[in-house]
Amino acid sequence: MNKIDLIVTNLKKTFNRRLVFDGLNFEIKSGEKLIITGKNGSGKSTLMKILAGVLTESAGFFQYILNDKKVDRENIYQIVGLVSPYLVLYDEFTAFENLKLFARIRNIKMSDEEINQILKKVGLFDRRNDLVRTYSSGMKQRIKYASAILHNPLVLLLDEPTSNLDLDGKNFVDELVEDFRSDGIVLVATNESQDFKYGQNIINLDNFHNIQVK
Amino acid sequence: MKKIYYIFYKDFSSELRMRFAINALIMFVIVAVSTILFSLGSENAPQNVYAGMFWVVVFFSAMSGLSRTFVSEEERGTSLILSLIANPISIFLGKFLFNLVLIFFINSIITMLYMFLFQEFLIKNWMSFLLAFLLGNFGIAASSTIIAAIISKANVKGTLYPVLAFPVLLPLILMLIEITKSAMEGNPINDVEAEFLVLVSYDVIMITASILVFDIIWRD
Ligand SMILES: Nc1ncnc2c1ncn2[C@@H]1O[C@H](COP(=O)(O)OP(=O)(O)OP(=O)(O)O)[C@@H](O)[C@H]1O
Ligand SMILES: [Mg+2]
Repeated sequence: MNKIDLIVTNLKKTFNRRLVFDGLNFEIKSGEKLIITGKNGSGKSTLMKILAGVLTESAGFFQYILNDKKVDRENIYQIVGLVSPYLVLYDEFTAFENLKLFARIRNIKMSDEEINQILKKVGLFDRRNDLVRTYSSGMKQRIKYASAILHNPLVLLLDEPTSNLDLDGKNFVDELVEDFRSDGIVLVATNESQDFKYGQNIINLDNFHNIQVK
Repeated sequence: MKKIYYIFYKDFSSELRMRFAINALIMFVIVAVSTILFSLGSENAPQNVYAGMFWVVVFFSAMSGLSRTFVSEEERGTSLILSLIANPISIFLGKFLFNLVLIFFINSIITMLYMFLFQEFLIKNWMSFLLAFLLGNFGIAASSTIIAAIISKANVKGTLYPVLAFPVLLPLILMLIEITKSAMEGNPINDVEAEFLVLVSYDVIMITASILVFDIIWRD
């Protein structure tokens, strides 16, 4: 059992002169699940990218603490799995090749069998040898899930988790979030009321962008 | 180390399938070399002009091919997944390795074409030329990689590359031309000791500075 904490303190993001959010504070611990909501353009996707460590914040800070040790910025990618509409996989490779490549670049040992297991989980096993370029949008969403759970992350960041998914796909997400490792944390950014069941607490980003900067 | 290799491997397999860079590069080299060939006709230019023309072709082919590494990730939107699976240093070094292999490949072709097509392109001190070739390719790959990273984040990708690359690569190209001239005249390597020192410092500075700033560029 690991212990993971995420502490967000006075987090602020601006793009050039446009304020996205400011004064964002929250804390979330192992086993907790949080919903992020807010209207279009309120900064949900931006927040998810910042917490995934791929975009820098403008002020304030956030910190993952794993078993009482601070996680360095450049190691966040090892504990985080992100599903986002902005994610694009290498479409000149097949689903299997993408995952195999990711496992190798991440330097985690995974047999072909284990990769196939994940492909089965997301329902792409039959199409594993087709180029991602030929995938439908729902299938592309499914392969994003495969790449997000490949390394068994402690932190799951889901931006618009059920977009493009059919009933079967939504059930998969339900199960994934429901059965997610008990020591992990899940953040879900969404405006779909049917996704609100994924978390216990809700943060509305609309309340964080009217704070004026001096 | 393995991570770096697999990022290189990803780009390499991708290049084999998509030919982002290699087609542009080979076309450029063929066009440039045949233009020089035809414009010279049966006349012979002074020997040292060939040294200059050699590195000019190398410079512009680096320009047309090496920026693809980052620009194609950014254009296709795949830089997000890349930054989710690896830390910035491995990404930079993986891309650098890819550009290094590419520039070695393309420069070997250019060298062979020059030796085959221009009788005056005669290297008398191979030791000196090969050392310059090695250090030069390293420097070109390092600076092209970091410049490509910078422009991939800019809005005007196409035009910005030569503009940024020219001043950065100029000192390198000048040293390389000097050493090549000297190698063609058959002078001993000690004659261009100072130029070699500049080359080595350039390479060391370029690669260290790149590693230091890449993190900031990559995460916006
Ligand atoms: N790369 C960028 N450059 C400039 N502005 C940006 C950039 N990315 C996002 N923004 C701006 O930041 C704000 C927040 O965008 P974001 O995508 O995070 O919103 P969101 O809450 O996810 O919206 P949606 O509900 O539509 O998904 C928007 O005003 C957007 O225009
Ligand atoms: Mg969004």
